[in-house]
Amino acid sequence: MAIGLAHYLTVAAVLFTIGIFGIFLNRKNVIVILMSIELMLLAVNINFVAFSVQLADLVGQVFALLVLTVAAGEAAIGLAILVVYFRNRGSIAVEDINLMKG
Amino acid sequence: MTLATLFFYLFSAVMLASAVMVISSRNPVHSVLFLILAFFNAAGLFILLGAEFLAMILVVVYVGAVAVLFLFVVMMLDIDFAELRQGMLNYLPVGATIGLILMVELVLVVAGWSISPDLLKTVTSPAPSVTDMTNTEALGRILYTKYIYYFQAAGLILLVSMIGAIVLTLRHKPNVKRQNVSDQVARGPATAIEIRDVKPGQGI
Amino acid sequence: MYQAIVFLPLIGALIAGLAGTSLFRMMGREAEAFGHDTGHDHGHGEHGDAHEHHHQPPWPMYLTSALLIVTAVLSWVAFIGYLHDGGVQKFEILRWVGSGALSANWVLRIDTLTAVMLVVVTTVSALVHVYSIGYMGHDPHQARFFSYLSLFTFAMLMLVTSDNLLQLFFGWEGVGLASYLLIGFWYKRPSANAAAIKAFVVNRVGDFGFALGIFATFLIFGTIDFDPIFAGAAGQVGKTMDFLGYNVDVMTTICLLLFMGAMGKSAQFLLHTWLPDAMEGPTPVSALIHAATMVTAGVFLVARMSPLFETAPYASDFVIIIGAITAFFAATVGLVQNDIKRVIAYSTCSQLGYMFVALGVGAYGVGIFHLFTHAFFKALLFLGSGSVIHAMSDEQDMRKMGGLAPHIRITWVMMLIGTLALTGFPFTAGYFSKDAIIESSFASRAGPGAFAFWLLVIAAAFTAFYSWRLMLMTFHGRPRASAATMEHVHESPQVMLIPLYFLAAGALAAGFVFKDYFIGHDYDAFWRGSVVSTEIIEEMHHIPAWVIWSPTVAMVLGFLVAWLFYIRRPDLPATLAAQNEPLYRFLLNKWYFDELYDFIFVRPAFWLGRLFWKRGDGWAIDGFGPDGVSAWVVDITNRVVRLQTGYVYHYAFAMLIGVAALVTWFMFGGAH
Repeated sequence: MAIGLAHYLTVAAVLFTIGIFGIFLNRKNVIVILMSIELMLLAVNINFVAFSVQLADLVGQVFALLVLTVAAGEAAIGLAILVVYFRNRGSIAVEDINLMKG
Repeated sequence: MTLATLFFYLFSAVMLASAVMVISSRNPVHSVLFLILAFFNAAGLFILLGAEFLAMILVVVYVGAVAVLFLFVVMMLDIDFAELRQGMLNYLPVGATIGLILMVELVLVVAGWSISPDLLKTVTSPAPSVTDMTNTEALGRILYTKYIYYFQAAGLILLVSMIGAIVLTLRHKPNVKRQNVSDQVARGPATAIEIRDVKPGQGI
Repeated sequence: MYQAIVFLPLIGALIAGLAGTSLFRMMGREAEAFGHDTGHDHGHGEHGDAHEHHHQPPWPMYLTSALLIVTAVLSWVAFIGYLHDGGVQKFEILRWVGSGALSANWVLRIDTLTAVMLVVVTTVSALVHVYSIGYMGHDPHQARFFSYLSLFTFAMLMLVTSDNLLQLFFGWEGVGLASYLLIGFWYKRPSANAAAIKAFVVNRVGDFGFALGIFATFLIFGTIDFDPIFAGAAGQVGKTMDFLGYNVDVMTTICLLLFMGAMGKSAQFLLHTWLPDAMEGPTPVSALIHAATMVTAGVFLVARMSPLFETAPYASDFVIIIGAITAFFAATVGLVQNDIKRVIAYSTCSQLGYMFVALGVGAYGVGIFHLFTHAFFKALLFLGSGSVIHAMSDEQDMRKMGGLAPHIRITWVMMLIGTLALTGFPFTAGYFSKDAIIESSFASRAGPGAFAFWLLVIAAAFTAFYSWRLMLMTFHGRPRASAATMEHVHESPQVMLIPLYFLAAGALAAGFVFKDYFIGHDYDAFWRGSVVSTEIIEEMHHIPAWVIWSPTVAMVLGFLVAWLFYIRRPDLPATLAAQNEPLYRFLLNKWYFDELYDFIFVRPAFWLGRLFWKRGDGWAIDGFGPDGVSAWVVDITNRVVRLQTGYVYHYAFAMLIGVAALVTWFMFGGAH
């Protein structure tokens, strides 16, 4: 059985689901949440690339590149916030962070 | 079963397995390391697809920068991870439900999909044959011409995130001595030397 | 001249009201400059501490009093002119209302009736102004008080000089407003406010009828000017109109509606309840408004509308009956009241009933004559009682007086004159006017006339009794006040006594000086058609002697009983009251009218108001209207806010659930 688009999409779907599980599972641990988001973005990237190849259109890969950029920026900012938060509170327990409440 | 098929299953299986380990391992350092493994395998999948530039980028950027950044932060912060893992399963039913729903739907899509014939006519940047030029060259040709603004925008995003990260984490410690260039430049003979008339036999 | 009579009080009211009160003094220096400009000494430069003591410069009271004296002198000049000649004069002030067929211009209409009223109003008003200089001299709000007094005078003059019903209504409401303001002058006293509101509301009942009467007049005659109405009244006799679904006689309906207004303003039976309560106002106000002038507006209205009432015999009969019942009823209540001002108030009510009887039987001149004389002696009695109250350190209960005559001799003499005139002692003012009413009621011979005659004679006896009771309880017998109070008893200052002299002169002399003009053989030459002349004036001079003597006998009887009760056998009243407990209570509680109205009208009104307030406003509008909606929004948003826990992962969950929902909808929801 030749490996086609469907296989990649299935893999990406499973990966995406794992990412979602990760967010629910590690709700207290921001670092793992960030990693889960990276996983989900990776799944998205796989989809982009798979479709790009399937349709022989490079735009998909260009867009995957942009997704990578955003993911990198997001990780950097998120981790920076985390460092600052840790510096101030001595913990990264998300459960204590409800300052966003009005 | 061709070699490509074999590798697809290998990469996919390892990637999914390491992804599961990312979210379930007790030690975040292990999580990061499994994340790196997942990225490597994803890069392998990209290569299988023929997107070698993205595969390399994934290795360089994700593994080399982002994942290491994670590792760095995890190891730098003195975090009690055991505490963070308490009540881990409280939200599992919700997460499982949502995840299953999404998964079922995605699989349904996979099972019943077909590419619309019209879609093939809307291809904006057709990929050249691999025999003509490499994937990297093809990407470069359109990235710097047709999609230059997106490229610039991506660059800006990175710049902003870099500045943001610096602004957030930078702090001045009052007791650290620093080089003050302007003070050094402004320093002249009047402030630097003092002439004392030393009387013989008396010392200063 | 007439313009000056009408407008000088208004000018005084405006200057005193605007410049004399704190309204203007907020501007500080301007007020001071203004005080200099008007040439009045405004005291000792107290503008600086005006905020601490509210002590006001006295110039507003001198200014308004001076203007009123000028007005009164002018009125007497005009009146004396009218004694011998002069017909209807009209002075147009301005075009006022012109709307479709309705046209009402502001015209001063001067005829004999108006001239009489001008004299009554301005004289009493001027004297009350002067009296108030002494009586209200220490009140911190005297400028406001004098402004109201002058405003009232202006409105009353507007009323009596009106040339059409709308103008009359304007003055009518103007005096109602001034009355409201003055009854509630001491607005910090809840009882004064309640009395003011009561007077206003009860008057509105009458005014409702009055307004309907004006509408009906316009409907029938197409105009509200007096002359065309009078000319057309005879032509409308016997015609009918639709009113409330009934086919009713035109003239009877109009007259009854107009009389309803008069009943309210003149405190006649059923609408009388406000007058005794109105005694909450300062005593000069009671003298001016609630004795001499405003309450007689109803009498004036009926007299002015005499050509209409002459065409409506049933309405006239109604006037007689109401007047007679009022005269009798108020006299009985007056028998047992203990508040000195309330006794006089019920006396006023009773005397107004006399006037209406005279109007009802067609002796319009007689009614007006009694109005004229009554103004003098009733104002005298009120101002005298004010002097007594002043002397007694604001004590109004007669049970705590007694034996005052040696201490305040002049006041006693003045009150004596007033009492003699009121009870109809021979050759005083009341003797001529009141006896003339009784005679005229006998002369009318009709059923209501006879009914009224007997009630009036009995009421005359009662009048004598309560008047002398007042005198004897107040001035004679043993002092019942505390020793401290008795030590402070002092005669009032000259500024308060001089008006009493004038009024006493009027109470003594107004009767025999003017009786020939008002009710005697110069009747037609004097009135000149300003009130309808009927044969009753002639008939009342040809009646049996016992009728002529009956009021005098009744008066003597009343005096003797009072003397017996309060000098000879002071224990008798208490015994009698104990023996006839139910009757005594019935009278003391004013026939339970207040309680009855409270039960029939006030409580249902409160209940209805409470219903509208609680259910209509509070529940329906505040619950579902603007307030309700805003409250709901706040309520719901408060709940929504609770969704915002602030925990990051909750937001992440929400996003993921949203993604799942979106995808589900995208796949199965038919979003293609």
